[in-house]
Amino acid sequence: MLRIENIKKTFNPRTINEKIALNGVDLVLNDGEFVTVIGSNGAGKSTLLNAIAGVWLVDEGKIFIDDVDVTKLPEDKRAKYIGRVFQDPMMGTAADMWIEENLALAHRRGLKRSLRQGISNSERETFKLLLKEFDLGLEDRLSTKVGLLSGGQRQALTLIMATLQRPKLLLLDEHTAALDPKTAAKVLDVTEKIVRKSQLTTFMVTHNMKDAIIHGDRLLMLNNGKIILDIKGEEKKKLTVESLLEKFEQASGEEFSNDAAILG
Amino acid sequence: MITLSNLISRIPGGIAQGIIWGIMALGIYITFRVLKESDLTVDGSFATGGAAAVMMITSGISPWIAVICSFLIGILVGCVTGLIHTKMKIPAILSGILVQFGLYSVNLHIMGMVANVSCNPSKNNVFITMRSIPKAILVGIIFAAVLIAIMYWYFGTEQGCAIRATGNNERMAKAQGINVNNMKVIGFALGNGLVALAGALMAQYQGFSDVNMGRGAIVIGLAAIIIGEVLSEIIFPKGCQFFTRLIFVIIGGIVYYLIMIVVLWLRVDSNDLKLATAVIVMLSLAIPNLKKGE
Repeated sequence: MLRIENIKKTFNPRTINEKIALNGVDLVLNDGEFVTVIGSNGAGKSTLLNAIAGVWLVDEGKIFIDDVDVTKLPEDKRAKYIGRVFQDPMMGTAADMWIEENLALAHRRGLKRSLRQGISNSERETFKLLLKEFDLGLEDRLSTKVGLLSGGQRQALTLIMATLQRPKLLLLDEHTAALDPKTAAKVLDVTEKIVRKSQLTTFMVTHNMKDAIIHGDRLLMLNNGKIILDIKGEEKKKLTVESLLEKFEQASGEEFSNDAAILG
Repeated sequence: MITLSNLISRIPGGIAQGIIWGIMALGIYITFRVLKESDLTVDGSFATGGAAAVMMITSGISPWIAVICSFLIGILVGCVTGLIHTKMKIPAILSGILVQFGLYSVNLHIMGMVANVSCNPSKNNVFITMRSIPKAILVGIIFAAVLIAIMYWYFGTEQGCAIRATGNNERMAKAQGINVNNMKVIGFALGNGLVALAGALMAQYQGFSDVNMGRGAIVIGLAAIIIGEVLSEIIFPKGCQFFTRLIFVIIGGIVYYLIMIVVLWLRVDSNDLKLATAVIVMLSLAIPNLKKGE
């Protein structure tokens, strides 16, 4: 369970570039809940995700994961609870290391790094079976450098890595934005499979309204660093792009300013 | 006189020194290739290793213990650079320069405020000396082999993999819960440990330690690494294992030193050697970048 209490973050305070990125966000995500997060450019979607991940510390407010106060924990300590996939396919994996080495690193997320061997034979077998399950054609390429994979394969691998050790929270930061539509659909498919199979509490930021509507059981819309819409249950199932835009304009009094989100 | 026999007679000594420079280059490999940082501490820590070893050996301590102590002192020096970099947020290259600069005074203190302390092999107990070059080569090879085996094992452990991930992709490493600052400090420490160990071997080999003996060590180390990589690409065009790459670092050190011997044999003014080395290293670093068209 994720609980956020009135978090605030201002970048470059007291300078000409001052930007209030998060302006009092409250949120409770229940166990197993899959929430999609959308908003216009600069609304604070990725900022909220980074605040949860601990990329930097928030100015005010509290963040709890399963009732543990993580507000002051640095990124690498918080990683114990959190699986993450980035927008940039290059970001989630170590390019010069093998597929199996990347998986083994992820398998030890949040654990102490000892002088035991970095990867065991039984792990190799597990990884092989796991990769086979997702049908990415990677199961026989365990000792291939990740840098040689395509963007889509790298994102799918990052997803598997993020969930190899069951995270209390899965954070997806526009993880299909850099992929072509066909690959994006495949990665979303893998996402849906993984999230549903392990009933992961998931926070998926997306730039694509359709994806936000199709996927997940709850939808958040951000504007000017605040959550302005929170739609769940039956209401979420009935959403269309048009009705969502209408709701946005009612809630914010502005027009939605992200063409890619509407057209994509 | 420029005669072939003169050149040939110098080759064994060149190989022995090349192996020691190659061992030093293994240390630089950890920071430069694994962590992908440029650590300039080594110019100081190489001399620190030599100074510490000579002072211990001349006071009757076993040369083996002296070499191990030099290694540990090198680790300490590397920790200082690593902590300045990670805790004080000073760029790695500048942290190294600062420590290297400060070590000059420390090294003089270690040597009792004398710039050069001799360690005569006929009066002191040493295990690697230019008086017996075949034995020196053998001892050098054994050291290199043991160190390569340990490095190969270590970078396959959980901790070693975490260091490699840190050098590869810091954001990914953090997302996997790796404390990247700790990994960097460990990397700098191990790198300088090996460099100081090589300094201890070199001081024994040449029979003295000198406060300036590490000058240019970083450039020689980079030259060894790059020459080794070029050779390995020629021999294994499809790439090779980490283990083999480390062996090629040693080979690179040997080849670098043999090139120097040939150049000296051709009566090139030794004062021009540093400029020549710098240009060669610069070009070797530049060529892969220019090929990529970046």
